[in-house]
Amino acid sequence: MKKVKSLYPALMVVIMYVAIMVLKEVRILNGYYIQVLMFAGINVMMTASLNLVNGFTGQYCIGHAGFMSLGAYGAAVVTTLIFGGKSGVPLLLQTPVFLLGLFVGGCCAALVGALIGIPSLKLKGDYLAIVTLAFGEIVRALLRLIQPIGGARGMIGIPNYANIGWILFFVALTLYLLRNLIYSPFGRAFVAIRDNEIAADAMGINTTKYKIMSFCIAAFIAGVAGGLYAHVLSFIQPDSFSIAKSNDFLVYLYAGGAGSLTGSIVGAVLLTVIPEVLRFLADWRLAVYAVVLVIVMLYRSEGLCGGYELPFLKITRGSLYGIEEPKKKLSFKKKKDA
Amino acid sequence: MASILQYLVYGLQLGSVYALLALGYTMVYGIVRMLNVAHGDFLMIGAFGTYFISKLFTNMVVDGTYPVIAVVAIILIAMVLTGSIAVAVEAIAYRPLRNKPRMIALITAVGVSMFLENFPRALPFIGPNPRSFPTLFITEHFTVAGASVTNVQIIMIVFAIVTMTALYLVVNRTKIGSQMRAVSMDRDAALLMGVNVNQVISITFFVGGALAAVSGICYASAYPQVDVYMGSWLGNMSFVAAVLGGIGDIRGAMLGGFILGIAQILATAVNSTFGYAVGFIILIVILLVKPAGIMGKTTIEKV
Repeated sequence: MKKVKSLYPALMVVIMYVAIMVLKEVRILNGYYIQVLMFAGINVMMTASLNLVNGFTGQYCIGHAGFMSLGAYGAAVVTTLIFGGKSGVPLLLQTPVFLLGLFVGGCCAALVGALIGIPSLKLKGDYLAIVTLAFGEIVRALLRLIQPIGGARGMIGIPNYANIGWILFFVALTLYLLRNLIYSPFGRAFVAIRDNEIAADAMGINTTKYKIMSFCIAAFIAGVAGGLYAHVLSFIQPDSFSIAKSNDFLVYLYAGGAGSLTGSIVGAVLLTVIPEVLRFLADWRLAVYAVVLVIVMLYRSEGLCGGYELPFLKITRGSLYGIEEPKKKLSFKKKKDA
Repeated sequence: MASILQYLVYGLQLGSVYALLALGYTMVYGIVRMLNVAHGDFLMIGAFGTYFISKLFTNMVVDGTYPVIAVVAIILIAMVLTGSIAVAVEAIAYRPLRNKPRMIALITAVGVSMFLENFPRALPFIGPNPRSFPTLFITEHFTVAGASVTNVQIIMIVFAIVTMTALYLVVNRTKIGSQMRAVSMDRDAALLMGVNVNQVISITFFVGGALAAVSGICYASAYPQVDVYMGSWLGNMSFVAAVLGGIGDIRGAMLGGFILGIAQILATAVNSTFGYAVGFIILIVILLVKPAGIMGKTTIEKV
């Protein structure tokens, strides 16, 4: 029975995919809705990876769009410049090339993520946050300078390999991997660093190693998300990965609830969809969105799903805090609170 | 040589805008320990406020410009207006979150910043289009050692330095200043000593907002155009300036502002994109050498 239960989430993803395909066939969902959903999926990946650094390891990364841009450019260079875009690759090889591109993009971002981890040895809190922000802006400025990848004009003609199926697959994979990571000994080390770094150090956790690791993994996922972004939009430019973009991910993360993967999903999906739903407000759209955001933060500052996790996004052998998961009765009560 | 001197003048001009804005950043950070991302937008409000207030004074225009008394009145009204908006923002959005984790306040500040940019943008009489800023000062050119200097630049630089000195003296020599320092050191202890913490924080925001208005007027006088998004990148740069100098320190904000302004102009002379990035590169290098900024004190973390 337990084996079957653990397959439910995978089944859910398949059902979601089929549902979207059916809705597309009966023309309830048009191309525009599908694209919004794809961006929502990419944002979920970005937010969940940011959650690993900010929510679970307790470091402050406020330049996450920098990693995304590295991944987007890395992947686009592989698929477009090296393999010559859609016309240069035979139909059969398109998927391997696409995956290779995403992998290269992720690796580019992870490499730089490790570099960013190094100042975190010396800097704490706000100062580390500012270094990550500065890094994001430096990446953007450098990308504007490199002419072979289009400079400030950006890169065009990137093949649109990524479709809703790929996005769903990668979102599910990200959440699965992050969940398993967070409930592993590594994840416990991350949480220990978040809760009290000095105490974690005293308990024999190599805080340096784990902090860099958390940055690396988050950067890798952000890089893959960036690669998907490039292959959805077919066009990337350095200016789409500015401070404003980084702020967006922070907003998704904290409005959804830091330290909760459910929060990342809810925050990213809701706040990607709301601005689109508000389009009828024309110019007032972003002002209303900002008011909604401030009200959420004022009246529910732990985030919409702060402290709550969907059952399939946690492993119930023991809770995050190292205490055995409460008995069924108690956990029911906990749900009621949230 | 003359061109280097010329760049230096432009650098000091830009630096004084950054420095005035960074003062507000640094004071707010020093006292409430929050990064007020919306601070750059106070600059925009100050500039737009000046634009509309100067419209009210149009019947006083002589020879295409305003008499000195009108200019002073316009600037003062704009300062009070922006300061009041800053106080209101603090009271509505930041005060309820004062004891929450600091990232929450940062996200709220992002929301406030979005609101301050997009609300005027949606208002029909402001809108998204840039407006040309009225000439408050008639520009006169001087030539000093081969470099061309305008009176506006001199006014800006002198005003920035005078304000900084005044603020430094206020914080270090007056009663309200010692209250500010007390709140900055230990809010609860200050409360127990009879300091009205809310009032002190409101005053800090007011001063920060008023200074942002001045820097907005300076910036718009030098580059005579105002639009609703002007505050965001200026805010980011002056934030970098504040951190560079050591956030929480008034002299540091000033120093950081001028260093950043000069470095940016010199680098822009080489390559315009590099000019934008150089500030961030300097920031990272300095933080790696001195983790708390140039003037900042390194604090020892206790368990």
